[in-house]
Amino acid sequence: MRKKEQKQYWTMRIRPHERLWHIDLGEIWRYRDLTELFVRRNIVVQYKQTILGPLWYLIQPVLTVIMNMVVFGGIAKMSTDGIPQAIFYMAGNICWFYFADCLNQSSSTFTANQHMFGKVYFPRLVVPIAVVISNLLRFAIQAGLFVVIYLYFFFNGADLAVNWAILLTPVFVVMLAGLGLGFGILISSLTTKYRDFTILFTFIVQLWMYATPIVYPLSMVEESSLRTLILANPMTSIIEAFKYATLGQGYFSWLALGYSFLFMSVLLLFSIVIFNKVQRNFMDTV
Amino acid sequence: MKAIEFNHVGKQYRLGLVSTGTFSRDFSRWWAMNVLGKEDPFLKIGETNIRSKKGESDFVWALKDIDFSVEQGDVVGIIGKNGAGKSTLLKLLSRVTAPSIGEINVCGRIASLLEVGTGFHPEMTGRENIYMNGAIMGMTKAEITRKLDEIVDFSGCERYLDTPVKRYSSGMKVRLGFSVAAHLEPEILVVDEVLAVGDADFQKKAIGKMQDVAKGEGRTVLFVSHNMASVRNLCQKGIVLCDGMTDFIGTAEEAIDHYLKSATTQTENQKLMTDCIGYCKSYLKINEIQINNTPYTTTSLSPRQEVLDVLIKGTTKEPMKCEVRMIIKKLDGTPLAGFIEGCYTGQLCNIQPGEFTFERHIRLPKYLADGYYIIALYLHEPHVQDFFQAQNCQTLHVEGFYEPYAHPLRLSTEGFIGLESV
Repeated sequence: MRKKEQKQYWTMRIRPHERLWHIDLGEIWRYRDLTELFVRRNIVVQYKQTILGPLWYLIQPVLTVIMNMVVFGGIAKMSTDGIPQAIFYMAGNICWFYFADCLNQSSSTFTANQHMFGKVYFPRLVVPIAVVISNLLRFAIQAGLFVVIYLYFFFNGADLAVNWAILLTPVFVVMLAGLGLGFGILISSLTTKYRDFTILFTFIVQLWMYATPIVYPLSMVEESSLRTLILANPMTSIIEAFKYATLGQGYFSWLALGYSFLFMSVLLLFSIVIFNKVQRNFMDTV
Repeated sequence: MKAIEFNHVGKQYRLGLVSTGTFSRDFSRWWAMNVLGKEDPFLKIGETNIRSKKGESDFVWALKDIDFSVEQGDVVGIIGKNGAGKSTLLKLLSRVTAPSIGEINVCGRIASLLEVGTGFHPEMTGRENIYMNGAIMGMTKAEITRKLDEIVDFSGCERYLDTPVKRYSSGMKVRLGFSVAAHLEPEILVVDEVLAVGDADFQKKAIGKMQDVAKGEGRTVLFVSHNMASVRNLCQKGIVLCDGMTDFIGTAEEAIDHYLKSATTQTENQKLMTDCIGYCKSYLKINEIQINNTPYTTTSLSPRQEVLDVLIKGTTKEPMKCEVRMIIKKLDGTPLAGFIEGCYTGQLCNIQPGEFTFERHIRLPKYLADGYYIIALYLHEPHVQDFFQAQNCQTLHVEGFYEPYAHPLRLSTEGFIGLESV
């Protein structure tokens, strides 16, 4: 008996285990419209039904900087390398805010979206990517404020030497985003099973800030072992380089930046692999 | 050509705690799988998923050895009791979670509708949420813009389009969510019980839309429902799941019959009808009920039987004015015929305190169709009160009327009674 058989082909196979390195980047690209909508949602929703709205983006750093000026500059009398306190603290803080926001918001990817993830499939990585992008707006607004304060001090004769390294700012931002995203999705992958990590990490991020030269310049740290420790922190070289680029005072080293960049790349790769593995089954354990 | 193929798919869950429970077991699993390269050791244990029985092991198979395929353009209904694994099956297919063993092959774009309005954010307006929800389901922005008018029109929420969704009534939210989903254009649509939403008007619209999708547009649809009427309406094929395993695969009609039969016969096999009384006046006690000369909840009619005997014995402490009421229903609950002589003749019996017996011989329609029927039995004073109610008192199996060398009348296609010429 001869029967004309149509050739059977499959567009998708769903298996219990996928190879560890199987990451479908094309799929994430196909969902770019969703990413865009998530970005809009994150921005729009954040300050809905507030009177001041996006002004909060500015109030937050201003208050933090004033607080830093009072506590670290005023009471503790810590050096700022001759840079006006306001602009010195501001430079470190806006970078740190961006990193910490990316980290904190993407670290709850699975737990905060479990309801949505439990009902429909889309590449889960879209959510933390949208977080990183939407925080970029906030960073831009705060950077705008930074420029305003900067110009004020500049024309009042402060010793601010902006230099060529300013051109590297986009690279700094990418590195901050990469580190925030990397740590964030790693934590979110770990917290689906053991919630302890959520508590641990919110705490660690707070402490981490003090291991990063934000309220003090790296030049203040003289003891060599402590200095090595602080330089081992991948955030250090980025923030110091940013300060160097904008203020003219700071620690700029290609080696340290290269280390941070390598750190970020490895972390990002590692955490995407973990994230990708966890996303397949996390609904059973979350 | 096949659109979906399940290859011995299974999904194992651990009861109680998450993960394997202990760190040591997590570790030994990791050790066995990643270092020694063996299979997951915990997949070997585990039992089938029977909800009501207490199991020996903490591991259960929510789905076990599911093996079937769906042709392109088929509309398949998946039915089964609660916890039979229907939703798990859809979850695997829509990639919300991965199977433990086996493989699922799919040909075409899948959109899964396990819930309406996924991703709705209460603070955003209706319009923004249409975009959000559509994009989550896999539509592009351009696609949504193209269909926006249609979606809004279908939902009937035009006036509130720019109001935040948190101000919507729950019905409106559901309408909006369903409208977006209804305008998806995937090759394969996976639907969990979402049609039972909205008001009657909208339900009709939703079912109509589903029918268009299923029949007119030639898409493959997998549809889970407890509503047999809508499964019968929409689906050509049916799969019955029972305790995580496929129990039956066939046409929708056969599957529904199989499911309802097993649901009625297995669990209530030798139950007495007097135990099925849902409501009874306090002064009344029903001692015995017999229908078709059996006190049990299942019986069958012989092919030429035209009279159904009903016997009710009981005692009462107060006088009653009443008559027997018996309704014959389809398995999905649609009433087909009723014995309510008290109603249309107005003649009621006056029962004095003490024992009483009702004996009624009810003439059944001659050309009765085959199938399973449910009998509901009452003692009532028409339009005043019921003295007792047994809504689901007996399952009646009827072979269906036929003359020699002819075919029995079929309930599914030809209706409850056959008509004859004069």
